[in-house]
Parts: sequence; structure tokens; C-alpha cells
Amino acid sequence: MDNKKVKIKVGLASCGIAAGGQEVYDEIDKYISKNDVDIKLEKTGCIGMCYSEPLVEIKDDSGQTMYGNLEVDDVENILNKHIQKKEPEKDKIIFSDEFGGTEKKVLKNQTRIVLENCGKINPESIDEYLAQDGYKAIEKVLKEMTHEDVIKEIKESGLRGRGGAGFPTGLKWQFARKPETDKKYVICNADEGDPGAFMDRSVLEGDPHRLLEGMLIAAYAIGADEGFIYCRAEYPLALKRLRLAISAAKEKGYLGKNILGTDFNFKINIYEGAGAFVCGEETALMASIEGKRGMPTIRPPYPANSGLWGKPTNINNVETYSNVAWIIRNGASEFTKFGTEKSKGTKVFALTGKIKRGGLVEVPMGMTLREVIFKVGGGIIDDKEVKAVQLGGPSGGCIPKNLLDTPVDYDSLTETGAIMGSGGMVVMDETTCMVDMARFFLNFTQDESCGKCTFCRIGTKRMLEILNRITQGDGKEGDIELLENLSHKIINNSLCGLGQTAPNPVLTTLKYFKEEYEDHIYNDHCSAGICKSLFQYFITDECIGCGVCKKKCPVDVISGEQKEKHVIDQANCIKCGECFNACPVDAIIKK
Amino acid sequence: MKVSNIDIIDSIIDQFKGKDGILIPLLQEVQNKLGYLSNDTVRHIAERTQITPAEIYGVITFYTQFRTKPIGENIVRVCHGTACHVAGAPGISEAIYDELDIGKNGTTDDLKFTVEEVACLGCCSLAPAMMINDKTYGRLTPDKVRKIISNY
Repeated sequence: MDNKKVKIKVGLASCGIAAGGQEVYDEIDKYISKNDVDIKLEKTGCIGMCYSEPLVEIKDDSGQTMYGNLEVDDVENILNKHIQKKEPEKDKIIFSDEFGGTEKKVLKNQTRIVLENCGKINPESIDEYLAQDGYKAIEKVLKEMTHEDVIKEIKESGLRGRGGAGFPTGLKWQFARKPETDKKYVICNADEGDPGAFMDRSVLEGDPHRLLEGMLIAAYAIGADEGFIYCRAEYPLALKRLRLAISAAKEKGYLGKNILGTDFNFKINIYEGAGAFVCGEETALMASIEGKRGMPTIRPPYPANSGLWGKPTNINNVETYSNVAWIIRNGASEFTKFGTEKSKGTKVFALTGKIKRGGLVEVPMGMTLREVIFKVGGGIIDDKEVKAVQLGGPSGGCIPKNLLDTPVDYDSLTETGAIMGSGGMVVMDETTCMVDMARFFLNFTQDESCGKCTFCRIGTKRMLEILNRITQGDGKEGDIELLENLSHKIINNSLCGLGQTAPNPVLTTLKYFKEEYEDHIYNDHCSAGICKSLFQYFITDECIGCGVCKKKCPVDVISGEQKEKHVIDQANCIKCGECFNACPVDAIIKK
Repeated sequence: MKVSNIDIIDSIIDQFKGKDGILIPLLQEVQNKLGYLSNDTVRHIAERTQITPAEIYGVITFYTQFRTKPIGENIVRVCHGTACHVAGAPGISEAIYDELDIGKNGTTDDLKFTVEEVACLGCCSLAPAMMINDKTYGRLTPDKVRKIISNY
């Protein structure tokens, strides 16, 4: 391809850019033209180590070296040393072929199928995707396999929907294959709306062709000639890279008419979602593409029989499609080597919260939560005790620390009351209030309820009011029972997944952390120190009178002479916590 | 309504002529160009497309992306995703509202700032985070955020 000896790649997914990656990229670019060195500079997607962004990878004779936590000012020094003097700057290396590095094991404990190219290739270059056996799977499918062969292969792989519910993908395709009509659609759900989840965005930004190839294979299998990618408008970079990928694939003949010289035609349209969480539900999503309010409808009929504009339609999410090409290339039997009996393959998680190595990880199904948190995620920040793990966002639940040996598979997680979900994994320590957490998620689902079903529309509202009261110190006897009662009614009387799962965060916290609810209701006490009405800030005798808190206080309610103990005027304190964070001797406590 | 605005809307409607399910992309495009969807704008679209104003308002009010009021010159998006919530996003929003003297999801009287609480910006490792226009700010504290805002 090109013969430049040194290649530099900068992680420029949204997370990398947010951390300052673009500035680092520009600085390297400047360095190259200033020093007239023979270096190929490229951008790449997210390798998953968000905690070390901005990341810069240098490939030369000595192999691959990854530098992390870089700042613009580091660039000149590192490039001088690494490239000109051949002496890598060891302090900034996070892993390398030659020096190991602290982060090598982070990748070693993962299994990368969906993310195999993320952070490695330039997502804006179809040639780099092709160099990684890209579009080989669709070639194989078109040349060697019948529609039925493809469906059989996917069924044998045991692939299940990665959007949350875990429906077998091969079976879904079989249903959509069956009807004989003139028109069918393939839709990709890229409306990742779960707060705290960014798996799909990273794939879209880091390896968009993989999704297109997966959709092509699905289209061939069910007999569709048109596809839609329903992607959030809040993902501008993902949309840009998808558009680039689609036009590049068209140019190379992987999309359009008579693909690879066969009679298979397929075109893909991009549809920008306008911001409605409920559109993650398939019937609501299709209503939205049709230009209507995104409200779900009764199933049956299922989309496989009557979907978009009444035509048979197959819907999967980004991660599901992104497994497909790998399965075809390597065979179902390779795929089933990973995972458990009923959950095959891997799962991508956005690992966030009080975790040392937060980021994007892909692990084989069956790995325990404990292994994900400690082996892959490096444990809890400041080595505090883990309290719970939240899986599945607003539709999921909190799993307490005594169940951390639960394996990550669909059925084991469902048994705990949580769900696999789309991949948000939020780790919480003792400073997280579980009642507040439940309130947070319910606030979200209540806001996003489309309003069609009474129980979802009004029931979630009443539940939220109760939770608001409890967190404000106005909880009363009977609240817990009322929450449980409403939860079951909402689950049983809602049409779609949003309502059916909305009470999960409340039910799981009630199941595992009931004493916290009781503490709030009966003792007016929030042990985590989160619910503002239930604690006050106090300055202890440890105070050295430095005055830092006084300066930080935005409402000027701290008084005291220099070198003497300060006091907080409780009546006017807004409990913003600025003094608590600023105190150099930890003399401010919550009580 | 300004004649120039009518021309803008008409040229967008022409782009979508004859296609199915055009309402949402059409409204997105109009909002992109005009900043928000005024009453006059909606009426004009209704007349030209034969979609009733009721149906258009049904869509506008359903999706969070659409706005019926003018927005500020700078858009502040405060992340309220799970990771940011755990890391103290509510305190960040409060500090911004206090600094700008506006209510939740409000716009300043001088139209300089509009603040939006959003579900997830997707940079959880930088929590709590916010975006002002295209620039992302991470690892915020109430104190830091007041300084950032006052520099605009």
C-alpha cells in the first residue's frame, strides 16, 4: 500500500476528541511538516482505553508502541526521542511490543470479535478494512452460499440479539425470509439511547464497514434490497463516518446494483433519529422512519411479516450485525467456542462509574462480573469497596457485591433481576445511594414514556413522585409496598419493552438494598451522603483555619478567622459540596 | 415571516418532494437552517406539504431534538448519563443555572446561552462532562464550570 516506515495513529473517536486527541493529532501533523520526517499519520477509532485518552500509537522497526494520557506539550519530546533518537519515552508508554507496559493485560483478558478492528484501522479508509479481510464474508456468501445456508450458519452460531432482549438472530432472519413479497427491508437500530452506554457509537466511529457488511449478509439471507440505519442525531461523528463508508462501499461495488457481479442489489439509507428513547423499540422505530410519532404498536403482526410500510422487515442492532461477518468468515463452530451453553460469543460493555480502567471492553460470555471489574477494569477507584453493578441501564437492575460471581450470560443475569441489556455496566461504590440511583433511572424512563399505555404513562409518574419524596426525607410507611405494587402493574400492563422494564431498577434495588430505602424513610438518613435533604456538612476540630473552603463557597455561608476553626451556616448552605472537595485536611464531613 | 425564510423552507420542501416519510428529516433540515420551528414556519410547511399542523406539532413535541423557541448563541449540553450522574452531574447543572440565572433547560434573556441536560455524551471516562457547542469539557466541578462559562 504505502512504504512509509513509521506509522502513527491517533485515537479520534468522540471520547478521544473530547480528551484532546484532535489537538495532539494537529501537533503531530505540525511536527511532521516542520521536521520533514517520513511518517504516515492517521486517525483511528476507539481502542477502548478511554481512561488513557488521548492515545497515540507508533509503529516502526521496534514494533508497536502505545503512548497514553498525552498532552500537546508532550508531542515534540516524544517524537524526538522515539523517532529521531530511537529512545522511547518509557514513562508515557502504556503498552508496547518491546517494553510490555502496564496496560497490556487489559487487552489480554478480552476477546475481540466485534471490536477486532476498532482502534486499529482508519475507519475512513475502506482499503484498511479490506486489508483485514473486509467484505470477504459477503463475497463468500454471494459466491458459495444459498440464503438458507446463511441462515443455518447464523442459527448454528447461537448468536443472540445484542440490543438487550437476546432473541436468536438466525431465527429472526428465518421468519423474515419466509414471506414472499416484492419488497423487504433490513434495519439497523443504532439509536443507542441508554444513558451511560456508547458501545454502538464506538463501532460506528471505529469500524463502520463491519456494520455495512453485516447488513449486506442479512439482506441477502432474507431477500431484502433496501436497508436503513436509524442512528441518533447526537452522534455526528458516527453519522459522518457511516456516510463516508457507504459512499466508499458504493464506489467499490459492495453496495448498489449487481453486487460483485451477481443479481443481488442492496442500498442503505441513513435515518437520523430525533431523540426519543422509545424508538429503540422496533415498532416505534419503524413508525419514526415513516415520519410519525415514535409510538409502539401491538405485536403481532411482527416486523418479520409486516414491518416498515407494511413490508417484511428484519431489525437488529449494531453489535449484532457486527458479529455476522466474523461468523461467516470463521464459521459458526469457531464462534461457539466462546461463551456458555446458551449464550455464545462475546459481549461488548461500556465500563464506567467508579472503576479504574473505564472504557470499552469486549469479553467472552460466561466471564464473571468480578473478573470483568477486577481483571479487565482494574478494580475500584481508590481501592474502595464495590457496592453494586448496574447493568442494562434504565431497563436493567443493580446487582449487589455478593452476586459478583454471576457469569455474564443472558440467563444468569436475568435470574438476578437485572438484564444483559445493550452493554452499559456502571460500577458503584459506597458513595452511591441506591435509592437515588433508582430515582435517576425512573426519572429517565418517566420522561421518555411515549404516553400510549396508561400504566407506563401515569404509573411511572406516581412511582417517581414517591421516590422523590423518599430522597427528600418525606418517605412514609407503606411507600415500599406501594412501589412494589405499582411496579408489577406497570410491567403487566405496558405494551412495549420500555414500560415492561421501567420498574426493574426499583425492583432490584428493593430486592437487594431494602435497608437503604428503610434508612431513608424511617431514619431520615442517606448513608452514601447523596440525598441532600438527609445530611449536612460539618467542619470538625481538624480544621486548620486555612480559609480554602470559605473562598470556594459560592453562597458565602462559611465564616471563621484565619487559623481558627470555621463554621457553616446550615440554614443557608446549598450543599453543593465544593468545601468538602476543597478541604486539604479532610476536616469537612457529611452527617 | 421573512421572505428569505420562506425561500429557505420552500427549497427544503422541494428536496423531499415525492418521497415517503419525509416529515422528520424535513423538520430537522428546516431547524438546522432557521435555528427553531416557529408557529409561522409550521403553518407554512403544513400548507405546502398538506400535512396538518396538528400532525406536525405531534411530531415536534414528541422528539426532544425539535425546538419551538429561539436558542442561544452558545449551546451548553450538560451530560446527565449514568456515569456523570454518579460523578455529580446534578451539582454541575445547578452551578450553571445559578451562574446564568436561568431555570432548568433554559435560555438566557440576552440569547447568549441555551442549556440542555442531555442523556449521554458518551465520554463517561471524563465524567462529569459537558459540551459547549463542539468543545467537550470533562472532569468538571461546580467551581470549574462557573469559570468556563464566564470565559464565553
